This record gives sequence, structure tokens and C-alpha cells, in this order.
Amino acid sequence: MEEVNDPEVPVLSILDLGIVRDVKLEGNKATVIITPTYSGCPAMDAIRMSIRMVLLQQGYKTVDVQTVLSPAWTTDWMTEKGKNKLQAYGIAPPTPVQQVCHPGLFHREEAIACPRCLSHHTTLISEFGSTACKALYRCEDCKEPFDYFKCH
Amino acid sequence: MSHPISLINFTLHLADDALILGHRNSEWTGHGPILEQDIAISNIALDLIGQARNFYQYAARLIQESPQSEREGWMPFTAGGETTEDSLAYLRDGWDFKNCLLVEQANGDWARTLLRQFFFSAAQYYLYERLQYSKDTQLAAISEKAFKEVAYHLRWSSEWVIRLGDGTAESHARLEKALEELWKFTGELFVPAPYEQVLIREGIGVDFSLLQPKWEEKVREIFIEAQLSYPAERAGLSGGKEGRHTEQLGYILAEMQFLQRAYPGCEW
Repeated sequence: MEEVNDPEVPVLSILDLGIVRDVKLEGNKATVIITPTYSGCPAMDAIRMSIRMVLLQQGYKTVDVQTVLSPAWTTDWMTEKGKNKLQAYGIAPPTPVQQVCHPGLFHREEAIACPRCLSHHTTLISEFGSTACKALYRCEDCKEPFDYFKCH
Repeated sequence: MSHPISLINFTLHLADDALILGHRNSEWTGHGPILEQDIAISNIALDLIGQARNFYQYAARLIQESPQSEREGWMPFTAGGETTEDSLAYLRDGWDFKNCLLVEQANGDWARTLLRQFFFSAAQYYLYERLQYSKDTQLAAISEKAFKEVAYHLRWSSEWVIRLGDGTAESHARLEKALEELWKFTGELFVPAPYEQVLIREGIGVDFSLLQPKWEEKVREIFIEAQLSYPAERAGLSGGKEGRHTEQLGYILAEMQFLQRAYPGCEW
């Protein structure tokens, strides 16, 4: 599963992302249970296909990929390794200790650090970024616009 | 399960609401007022269409599992002998769709689109908040997942209603016009259809008398910030949940279903 990446954030494996709930191997049959990140995430179909490809290459004859919705995926399930990879890739990871996951109107999540210069002097440009799971920020110090993998 | 038909109808109603509003929002893709908001409304469209897929997949499964005698009624919506999420979305007619009238209304300007989103997201938020504890475990699971997404939609649309209402004279006037046009469709959100009444009794659906006060409180709270007055009369056009729609739905279906109807079963 380490070989299967999120096609929209290719630096993350699906294990880093925390979407693999269970893997059952019986003889030449493999069953993988995953949780979608967002209901409409178009990457899920590609991920299902990649899981199938990897397991078929490993010699499994029957591969069953099942989706479970509950308990709902949360960014808390992302691994520390995954968060470090995101940071190095230029995407601010979900903040480790989230004070407010559902802020009130016009409130913003606190202190999103710029992945380039690590400044906390950053501004939200849009709550919805290049994919459903990200928001768009700008660093006021180094002027870098960047994606933030938002708390979910 | 004692009332599979009510459960199928309710699941289709939830799916249709999400699909039709998702489709309307997607009409903004490439036409948003600024790039960031174009992306935002397209993301919301994507979330809604994803929710619709989850509900349609479940409805398709319920139809497939129901006894042959009961499946007859759903046969027009099967492709190649099988009912699927796609056959339910692309092969049903206007009178089969069970979405609320609010979601099919034309986009109009940005104010109207935003106000429509705000009214709907507020209703969806309180509905999913409770539906995640439904006795039906699949509806509960879909709602649990979607609830987190809708929280973002509600916050985003609330902020825009405030921004426009408390903005310039022009933005305020446009929002007031949108309110005048859309208010009459909001009453239906809390009028239970017969299939909803059945499910409320069974602990599968959600009692609207619990949701409506929360929705009204939220709308009042945002309207105060947005300098809008809360309409005195309770508005009441309805029928969408039972397949009686405004002329708007026909235009959406004509565009959305054309390809599957002209070239049945085509894929790309």
C-alpha cells in the first residue's frame, strides 16, 4: 500500500493519508477497505484502480476494494511522516494541535505556517483550493502563495 | 425493513437535492466573479455531486435488492437490466425527481446563487447533523461524512451573504432582490413528503419540527449581520419532493441527460 499514491498529492501514499482501514489476505484473495477523504473526491476512483493494479502485480488473483464511510475520515489519521512529506512538498500540513476545527464566521484557523519560509504571517486567500481537501493561503513575508491541507 | 419504498424515495430525494444543486453550481465553473470564488463554488459542486453519488449508489442497491414485484415500478430507470447510480441520475424524468424547488432555481447573479446556497446549506447542515444518528446505518454513514463538508459550505455562504448584504448599496439591493425571488421556495424544506412522514415514525428520517427552528435562528442571525429584514410571512410553494417542479428543472435535465438519452449507454 506504500506504493499507492494519492494522484492529486502524489507525494503521499494512501497509508500516509490515513485512508486504509483494513487489509485482509487469504490465499490469493485480497480485500482492502478504504475510507474516502471527501464525498466528491475524484482521486478515489484512481486510488481504487491503483490498489487493484498493485495487488494484481503482487500475484493476487481476486482483489476486492471496499469503501466504508463511517467512521468518517479525519486529517487526524494522517501520519506524522505524511505531514512532513507534505511540508517538504510545499503544502502546509494540517496543524498538529488544532485548536478550532470549526471556527465561527470570519474566524480563521490559527497560525498556518508557510511551508517555504515557516513564517506564521500568512493570509487565507480562499477556503477552497486546487482540490477539495485544500485551502489557498499566501505568505506575507516571502510572498509565496501556497496550499494548506485543511483540518477536516 | 418495513418500508423499502419510502426508504428508496427518501434516499432519491436526498440524492436529487445534492445532484441538482451541484449541477447548478457547476454552471459557474469558468464563469465565477473571481478565480478563487470560481474554484470555491466548483468545489462545493464537487462535494454535492459526491454526496449525490453516495445516495444514488445506495438507492440503486435498495432497488436491486427489492422483490421482483416491487422492482417493476423502477424498471424504466434500469440500463441493461440493472439499476445503477447512473441510470437513476440520467434516465429518470422530471416528475421522478424529488428535489426541492429551491435547488433547481436558476443561478441568476452571484447574490442569488449565494443566497440559494446559504438557505440550502443551512437546511442540509441541521438535517445531516441528526441523520448521522438515523436507524438506517447507510444513511447515517453518508450523512456523517457529508456533515463535515456542509459545515464549510454553510460558513462560506453565510460569510458571503453578510459581505453582500453589508457591502455596497448595489450588492445590498441585489441580495434583497434575490431574497424576494427565493424566499417562497424555502418553506418546502420543512414540509415532509409522505415518504418522509413514514420514515420519521420509524426513526430513520428526521423530524422537521426540530430542524425548522434551528434553521430560522441561523437565518435570522446571518440576516441581522447582513442588514436584511427577515420576511414576516412563512413562504410556501412546495411539490418538488413529490415530483411537481417548476419549469426550471426541465432545462437542467435537458442539458444533463442529453448525451445518455441520445447515445444510450455511452461512456468516455
